Amino acid sequence: MSEKQMIGAEALLQCLEKAGIEIMFGLPGGAAIPLFDALYQLKGKIKFVLTRHEQNAAHEADGYARATGKPAAVLVTSGPGAANTVTGIMTAYMDSVPMIVITGQSVRGMLGKDAFQEADIFNLTMPIVKHSYLLKSANDIPRVVKEAYHIATTGRPGPVLIDVPKDVGTELCTAALDAEMNLPGYKPEKRGYLPETLDFIADALAKAKRPVIIAGHGAALSRAEKELRELAEKLQIPVTSTLLGKGVFPDSHKLSLEGLGMHGTAYANRAVVECDLMLALGARLDDRILGVPSMFCRNAVKIHVDIDPTEFGKLIKPDFQCQGDIKTVLQDLLPRVKRGNTAEWLKQLESYKKKWPLTYAKKGGLHPPQVIDALNKLTGGKAIMTTDVGQHQMWAWQWYKCDKPWQFITSGGAGTMGFGLPAAIGAQFGRPDELVIAIVGDGGFQMTMSDLATAVIHKLPIKIILMNNHYLGMVRQWQDMFYDERFSQVDLRGNPDFVALAKSYGMLALNLKRGADIPKVLKRALEHPGPALINVEVVMHEEVYPMVPPGKPLEETVLEHPRQKPGRPAGRKNKPTAARAKKN
Amino acid sequence: MSTSVPTHNLSIFVANRPSALARIAQTFSRRGFNIESLVVSPAANSDLSRMTITAKGREAGLEQIIMQCNKLVDVLACREHTDEEVVARELALVKVAADSTRRAEVLQIADHFRAKTVDLSDKSIVLEATGSSEKIDAMVDLLRKFKIIELVRTGKVIMARGERET
Repeated sequence: MSEKQMIGAEALLQCLEKAGIEIMFGLPGGAAIPLFDALYQLKGKIKFVLTRHEQNAAHEADGYARATGKPAAVLVTSGPGAANTVTGIMTAYMDSVPMIVITGQSVRGMLGKDAFQEADIFNLTMPIVKHSYLLKSANDIPRVVKEAYHIATTGRPGPVLIDVPKDVGTELCTAALDAEMNLPGYKPEKRGYLPETLDFIADALAKAKRPVIIAGHGAALSRAEKELRELAEKLQIPVTSTLLGKGVFPDSHKLSLEGLGMHGTAYANRAVVECDLMLALGARLDDRILGVPSMFCRNAVKIHVDIDPTEFGKLIKPDFQCQGDIKTVLQDLLPRVKRGNTAEWLKQLESYKKKWPLTYAKKGGLHPPQVIDALNKLTGGKAIMTTDVGQHQMWAWQWYKCDKPWQFITSGGAGTMGFGLPAAIGAQFGRPDELVIAIVGDGGFQMTMSDLATAVIHKLPIKIILMNNHYLGMVRQWQDMFYDERFSQVDLRGNPDFVALAKSYGMLALNLKRGADIPKVLKRALEHPGPALINVEVVMHEEVYPMVPPGKPLEETVLEHPRQKPGRPAGRKNKPTAARAKKN
Repeated sequence: MSTSVPTHNLSIFVANRPSALARIAQTFSRRGFNIESLVVSPAANSDLSRMTITAKGREAGLEQIIMQCNKLVDVLACREHTDEEVVARELALVKVAADSTRRAEVLQIADHFRAKTVDLSDKSIVLEATGSSEKIDAMVDLLRKFKIIELVRTGKVIMARGERET
C-alpha cells in the first residue's frame, strides 16, 4: 500500500521520478490538466520544460537522451497535442532513442465516442513505438511506468507511449508504488551468442587481408568506444562510421575513414567496395549506406553484430551473425583476436585518402562547408552538434570532426527537418556545461523555430548556425542532377529576416555574409554567454559531394558535379523531355 | 487461390493483452502479407493466448515477419510450421439448401466426411465438419451442387506432434 492516499496523476509522476526520469518536456491541455495539476502540487525533482509545440517537446526529449543516454519524458494533452508528437516519436523510433511519452486522453466512458480532442493515439502510434499502453485503472500505473522505463531503456532502446484517460488521473491509486513488472515476452539479450561464434569472428579477422569495420549507432549506444578502438588498433583495421555512429571511433584517428554511404567519403566507400571482410557493429546497414544491396561488399565475408536480430538479413544477408550488445561482444571478442596482416591494405587506403580528399569551393561567395570547417577548428571539434536534415546536415557530418560518441545528434533514419533546434535545447539541458551548436537549414528551421522562446527563457547558451540558401537545397540538388533541372517547389523566397526574428525573442543574432568575417562572427557568437543565432547567407546553388546517386552501387561515388547528368533514379522511366532533347 | 505465392502456417504464443492482436496484424499488413485465417484462443495458462495464422507471401518476407513478431514485447514465441509434423485441424459449419427430396443425398456426403448434422429444417441442413483444411475443401466442393446458403470455417489450428512444443 502507498504511504498516503494519492490520485493516479500523482502516482504517475512519482513513479516516473522513481524510475529515473529527471526532466519532462511538454505542453498542457484539457485532458492533461489533472497531470499538470499534480505536477504543480508535487514540486518533485522532475524538471518541466514548457515548449511551444508538442513536436518540439518530443525532439527535445530526444536530444536530451542522445546527449546523456538517459530517457526524458514528454507530457502532452490528448487529440492534437498527442498527434503533434507523432513526428517526434517516429524520429526517436527510427534512431533507437529511449523516450517515455505521456499523453492525456478523454475520460474512459467517452473512449471511441469522438469526444472533444479525442484521438486514438494508442493506435495512431502503434507502428512507431517500441511498446505502448492505454491505462484503464490508476492501480496499473506503478507497474506500467516501471515496465515502460525498462522497455524504453533496455535492448534496442526506443520510445514507449502511455495514454492516460483523464479520469484515470483523478482516480485513487491504492497500489504499491514499487510494483512488479509482468513482461513474459520481453527478454532483451546482451549475450545471444556462443563462444564458437566469437572464435569464428576472431579467425576471420585474423585471415582477412582487407578488413573494414562499419561502426553504427548500436556501438555508440552501448558506449563501446574504448573496446572498438582497442580492436581496431590491435588488429590494424580501418573503421568507417554511419551517420549515427559518428564519433564512436575518433574521426581524427589514423585508422578512421570517416563516414560511408550516399554522402560518405570516397575512401570509405572505396574501402567497402574492395574489402574482403566487413564487420558491422551496431549498424543496421540501411539503404543510405548500401548503394545497391546486392552489390554491397559482394566479395567480402559479411559479419553482422547487432543487439536486434531482426536486422540480420533485412537488406543484407550476413555470412555470420552475432546477436548481442556491442560493448559486451567486443569485451568477449578482444581476448580471442589475433593480428593479421593489413599493412598493404592500409597503405592502399592511405593513397585513396590522398587521391580523393573531401574538398569544398572557397571562391564565389560563402560556402556552408567552409563555415563548418572554420567552426570545427575554432571549437577543436569538442562541441555537441545537432542538425536539421538536408545538405547542411551532410556537410556538418563531413566537416565537423568528432572524437566522441553522443556528440553528433542528427535525425538519421527518419530524416526529420526541424530537428536541429529542439534537439540542441534538449542536449543543452542534459549537458549544461558543454557547448551545443545547432547547424540548421532555412527550410527545417522554419518548421520548429517557435522554440527559440524556450532557449531564451531557460538562458540556454545554444548557438544556432543557420545555413540560409533560400532553398530546399537537397531536393534542389536531386532535381538538378536527376530531374533535368526542373526546380519544383524548392524556392524559399519569403524567408523572414532571421536576425530580426531572433532578436525579437531576445537573443543575440548576427549576420554572416563574407568569408573574411567567418572567424570574427563565429567567435562573437561562441563567446556570448546566452543563446545566439548566426544567419549565414550562403551561396544559393551548391551541391554536396561525394555522392552515390540513388540506385547506384558505392563504386559509382561521384566526386563533383557531373558533366553528364546521371539520369533519374531507378524505378522511374527516363522519358525524353523538351529540356533533355534540347541539350542533346 | 493463386499458385505462385506459398501459404505459411504460423503459431504465436502471446500475452493476453488487448493490443496484441493489432500489433501482430500490423506486422503482417505493413509488409504486404495477407492473413488468410486467424485463430485466437486462451492457452493452457490463461494469461497467455495462442494464435494460429495462415498467411500468403514470399519466403524472405515471412522470415522478417517472424522475427518482427518475436520482437514484439507481448510475444513469447512465434514459429512457422509449414514443413513440420503437425496436427492441423479446422471446423466448418455448412448450411445447405435441401428439402426432403434431396436430404438423403446430402446426408450421404456428410456421412462420408464424418460430418454431423447439427440443425435440420424443412428446407435446410446445417452440417458440422472437422478435419484437415483439404478434407473440408473436398466436402464443400461436393456440396456445391446443392445450394450452399452459408459457410463458416474457423481457420486452421495447429499443434506439434509428440513431445515437441508448438
